[in-house]
Amino acid sequence: MAQGPTPAPPRPAAQAAVAAPKPAPTPASVAPRPDARRAQVRPTTAATPGEEMTGAQSIVRSLEEAGAEVVFGIPGGAILPTYDPLMDSTRLRHILVRHEQGGGHAAQGYAHATGKVGVTMATSGPGATNLVTPIADANMDSIPMVAITGQVAAGAIGTDAFQEADIVGITLPITKHNFLVTDPDEIPRTIAEAFHIASTGRPGPVLVDIAKSAMQSPTTFSWPQELHLPGYHPVTKPHSKQIKEAARLLASARRPVLYVGGGVVRANASDALRRLVDLSGAPVVTTLMARGAVPDTHPQNLGMPGMHGTVPAVAALQKADLIVALGARFDDRVTGKLSSFAPHAAIVHADIDPAEIGKNRDVDVPIVGDLHEVITDLVPELERVHAAKGKPDVAAWWHQIDDWRETYPLGYTEPDDGHLAPQHVISRLGELAGPEALYVAGVGQHQMWAAQFIRYEHPRTWLNSGGLGTMGFSIPAAMGAKVGRPDATVWAIDGDGCFQMTNQELATCTINEIPIKVALINNSSLGMVRQWQTLFYDKRYSNTDLHTGHGTARVPDFVKLADAYGCAGIRVESASEVDAAIKRAMEIDDRPVVVDFNVSRDAMVWPMVAAGVSNDDIQYARGISPAWDRED
Amino acid sequence: MSRHTLSVLVENKPGVLTRVAGLFARRAFNIHSLAVGPTEHDDISRITVVVDVEDRPLEHVTKQLNKLVNVIKIVELDQSASVQRELLLVKVRADGATRTGVLEVVNLFRAKVVDVVPDAVTIEATGTDEKLDALLGALEPYGVREIVKSGTVAVGRGSRSITDRALERVVRSA
Repeated sequence: MAQGPTPAPPRPAAQAAVAAPKPAPTPASVAPRPDARRAQVRPTTAATPGEEMTGAQSIVRSLEEAGAEVVFGIPGGAILPTYDPLMDSTRLRHILVRHEQGGGHAAQGYAHATGKVGVTMATSGPGATNLVTPIADANMDSIPMVAITGQVAAGAIGTDAFQEADIVGITLPITKHNFLVTDPDEIPRTIAEAFHIASTGRPGPVLVDIAKSAMQSPTTFSWPQELHLPGYHPVTKPHSKQIKEAARLLASARRPVLYVGGGVVRANASDALRRLVDLSGAPVVTTLMARGAVPDTHPQNLGMPGMHGTVPAVAALQKADLIVALGARFDDRVTGKLSSFAPHAAIVHADIDPAEIGKNRDVDVPIVGDLHEVITDLVPELERVHAAKGKPDVAAWWHQIDDWRETYPLGYTEPDDGHLAPQHVISRLGELAGPEALYVAGVGQHQMWAAQFIRYEHPRTWLNSGGLGTMGFSIPAAMGAKVGRPDATVWAIDGDGCFQMTNQELATCTINEIPIKVALINNSSLGMVRQWQTLFYDKRYSNTDLHTGHGTARVPDFVKLADAYGCAGIRVESASEVDAAIKRAMEIDDRPVVVDFNVSRDAMVWPMVAAGVSNDDIQYARGISPAWDRED
Repeated sequence: MSRHTLSVLVENKPGVLTRVAGLFARRAFNIHSLAVGPTEHDDISRITVVVDVEDRPLEHVTKQLNKLVNVIKIVELDQSASVQRELLLVKVRADGATRTGVLEVVNLFRAKVVDVVPDAVTIEATGTDEKLDALLGALEPYGVREIVKSGTVAVGRGSRSITDRALERVVRSA
């Protein structure tokens, strides 16, 4: 078992025992067999018996048969052979991006918006290493993605050949799984396995690194493919005993909270969850990854918990006697100081990934399973307990929560520098674009305001980089989302810092007629870092000024930049122009639009729980903490 | 801290050892020993890893290991319910004056001499960690020149096999 990129490594521990190397799989040995227990990738067309072609053609055919419709990629030396047959494919739309990172985030945006597997393609070496960020991002946020990378010829692997990088080794800890393919006969099965792994269980990114020599060699393509994954068996069916116990606790808790995470969105379990919410009568908090999983108009939805969560959501978790975590992972941004998080709560934790359960917080009732199945099983069980023992009395709990809601609603103060309040811009955008639009954020203050001030009604309408916190996510992810949902209005909500990391993909949008809309929350600085400098570094603004806003040199001038990329550019500097600019942007549908909202740089995200501090010490606004005793 | 022995059945594929070792490294677990070898089935290798770690982080890393696509099965082998052995080769200074003393130690520990030269002997011994440590302690005064250990391998006591069901899975999908 040698490390990564050796083409056909011997087994060091077994050299004596194994005389002959394992024969390469032949079409016959990978042909379908009548065994119902074995997973197969769904054929999209009739079965294809052995067909002679090159490895490159086999890659294109495999992607087609695996159900890919769109590939976001950019060619280079080691992937070149694959781009030739790709040109002839009528089933794959390839979108030429301007940077591999953009291709990766676009595949993520596509996957998040549609629930399908996103596909990105890059060449070896720098092409592949540029994919590292989106791969890590997809891994953190459980996005189903397949990355196909070219690798140098099998014989050159390990020789520091031109544009060689051990991308399998590099992405080992940030992929759900990855493969190196040097034998062209293994291409179809490996791609089938990659799609299967990416999309089942806890979704995630899978990288398939394919040697150029394999692309150029003759091979036989057949489909469907038999998967050979003896170690991969995601548990989807929850244990009935645990479901019963969860229902019993939920039916007897006096201060329950449903803590809903992104797993609910991944499992398409929003409709099922709605029944559980209504039946239980319990308050719901929706994490950053779960905004939209429960409608914000639902009276039981308290909004987002965590570092910049609402006071009612944070307080409800802190004071709960039962937390039912559904596809959430007790992330540090939600729990604050872990040892003081929800000190009185019993924990029911349901997740498809057993490794998440008990990882951060001890659990009383662990449930491993697909969230849709978990919730679908939990609802009738809860009904049964209600019928037998009556519904729990949560009136006092709601009385307390409503008091918090009334006292500490989400809000903001107008900036005193006379400039636009970014919260106002984002609120109006949400109101004018409405809940059917998709909103795709970058990372920072604008992301938090977009999570706070837009009312989400549907899952998969809020896309952002939650776990990794990747600045630059927004523009390419919005592009991918628009490709996946061409009929939806897609708004990228981006900051001036984020935008400068990936705005080259506006060229891709313009050329390929992907009319996304960009709301640039331009505060002329790295706003979230600046906020921390204001609060924790004595207002010493070290390296956070970007010179892009009002009264600066405007480098770059975003309106001119938009124009240069063939987009419509609109500048907004006062509150009176906000609505008209958003409406104007909504009317333009033949090209991307960039609205440069020049906002106050002193606006801050509130509420806030400082890093490493107990959630009990949440500040509603600067220096203002809720007086818990009053409610207790 | 307590010592744990894990038997990890993995697909015999390139890079699997790196994947397994990487998970231990990420959590900064100290691997006391690690031994890899073939099993009765060509497609399965067995990694025996001995770590010093608290129970709770061990449970986490075991769950993470189970998530690796190439890992088929993980079993923790309890000291009392398993046979655990390590092979030691040790080169000890031994000339005419001291050889008798060294050989006496070899006999006491039921070890074997596998190589002799005028000024040294090489001794082979198998046993538990404790036994091998005791042997090395007894040889120390003569001058230990070189030590190599295989890493612990372990098998559960009794007739049950941990590879049976793993094999079924592999055969089923082969």
